[in-house]
Amino acid sequence: MKQIYLDNASTTPLKKEVLDAMMPYLTNEFGNPSSLYDLGQTASDVVQESRDELASLIGAKSSEIYFTSGGSESDNWAIKGFAEKHACEGKHMITSAIEHHAVLHTFKHLEKLGFEVTYLPVDSQGLVSVDDLADAIRDDTILVSIMLANNEIGTIEPIAELASVAKERGVAFHTDAVQAFGHIPIDVNELGVDMLSASAHKLGGPKGVGLLYIRRSIKLENLIDGGQQERGRRATTENVAGIVGFAKAAELAWSEMGEERARLIELRDHAIRRILAEIPHSKLNGSWQSRLANNINFSFEFIEGEGMLLQLAARGICVSSGSACTSGSLDPSHVLLAIGLPHEIAHGSLRVTLGEDTTLEDIDFTVDSLKKILELLRSMSPLYEDFKRGNYASIIEGYKNDGMTNVN
Amino acid sequence: MAMNYSDAVMDHFTNPRNVGEIDEASGCGTVGNAVCGDIMRIYLDIDDDGIIRDAKFKTFGCGAAIATSSMATELVKGKTVQEALEVTNKAVMEALDGLPPVKVHCSLLAEEAIHAALWDYAEKNGIKIEGLEKPVSDISEHDHSHEIPDEDD
Repeated sequence: MKQIYLDNASTTPLKKEVLDAMMPYLTNEFGNPSSLYDLGQTASDVVQESRDELASLIGAKSSEIYFTSGGSESDNWAIKGFAEKHACEGKHMITSAIEHHAVLHTFKHLEKLGFEVTYLPVDSQGLVSVDDLADAIRDDTILVSIMLANNEIGTIEPIAELASVAKERGVAFHTDAVQAFGHIPIDVNELGVDMLSASAHKLGGPKGVGLLYIRRSIKLENLIDGGQQERGRRATTENVAGIVGFAKAAELAWSEMGEERARLIELRDHAIRRILAEIPHSKLNGSWQSRLANNINFSFEFIEGEGMLLQLAARGICVSSGSACTSGSLDPSHVLLAIGLPHEIAHGSLRVTLGEDTTLEDIDFTVDSLKKILELLRSMSPLYEDFKRGNYASIIEGYKNDGMTNVN
Repeated sequence: MAMNYSDAVMDHFTNPRNVGEIDEASGCGTVGNAVCGDIMRIYLDIDDDGIIRDAKFKTFGCGAAIATSSMATELVKGKTVQEALEVTNKAVMEALDGLPPVKVHCSLLAEEAIHAALWDYAEKNGIKIEGLEKPVSDISEHDHSHEIPDEDD
């Protein structure tokens, strides 16, 4: 059976060119960059070249790029490191309700240590309001952290506008760009952000390596103390091969970005249009306009997501869901709840994220399969039975009657 | 397979037995709620001798919820009402070669759904079934937990 991998927001396959670039540093060139002999210097040089490459792609200075173990570490470091360093200036911070858990749980931790956190709401498309942010900033606010693009619904936030409001009020701004990095153009000065987190494995690079951009004027406490790596700000012997792979993956992503984005948007919109036209009681989650090119997220009524996922997996299709059953917790995705979905339809959500290998044939096969699977699961659903008998009101039909768009 | 479902669970999920409705069923019970993400409805056809001639189900829920409904209806068919009361969540789980810890609540829901259908049958016929207590229509209030139980031996 052919495998159709449509979960690229979870992780991406390592690109061949990336593996080739990494290979020498997994074999002969195994030196520690801190060593003075040639083997060490080669490693040290290639780490520096990789840092230069990544810095130039996002308009940063090389000395502003710090390598980490991934997106979660970058988020933790940016937020905890900033909070600790600046606690005497204020103990209030602002984030959004739809952040990744790497950000949300970090703030929850800081709340236990006496910090106060405002969680900004989002609208029905997942967008944070610039006015809400302006209203939330107080005299004791020290940091704002809002993601560049959401991992579940693909909504791209108005970071330049949000960061500008923070800057006017003298508040530092961090953005979790893990899902956006390599997928949309990013320039730290155009965005006006002070810190930015990214991870290699979301763009065809290896797992276990990420970066934190820290603007020169920003001071943080260390998260990982020890040796003098990363200018003494992040100890641990460098993941040399991973860093080389990250830089190579980013270089490829930036050079292919224009063409690849256009191709993915075409595929994405084809899928969205087909689902809305052919599958009743479906709703597109997130914004259609301000959306990552690779993200499709739908809710389907009367069914639960895990059944849908297992049936798709039986046809070789790998996707994910925001249903509670797939996460092992009682509540469905916090992102879907934050955009106002009731639990009933948040349970029936599906995330399809496209990648470099995705073809039109894959998309059509997936939509065709989805249609059949939904018919089957609905034929088994007591909610659908009640709806057909007129004993249960469809939530999505209610949305349609209220004039909501992108629902069927 | 993800979730570590047994082959038996996957079989009953992909080829569920007894999906459907029974017109003028002897008893019908629905448990769970849409907010929690699981609803099970079981229909029973019971003859004059108190033997379950047919059982059907409809379920809104995860793979394990569908598989446990399928297995529970298989297990009660041909049994007397008294014997059907012995189809506990443990019996359903054993017949499915186990469930992941986080899915154990699905088997509780299946047991509750059978009890709810039997209660409906008893009420319709004005009889009392020894050992059957009135089921709650929404078990989420007291016993519906997705928490992973401690795995002590």
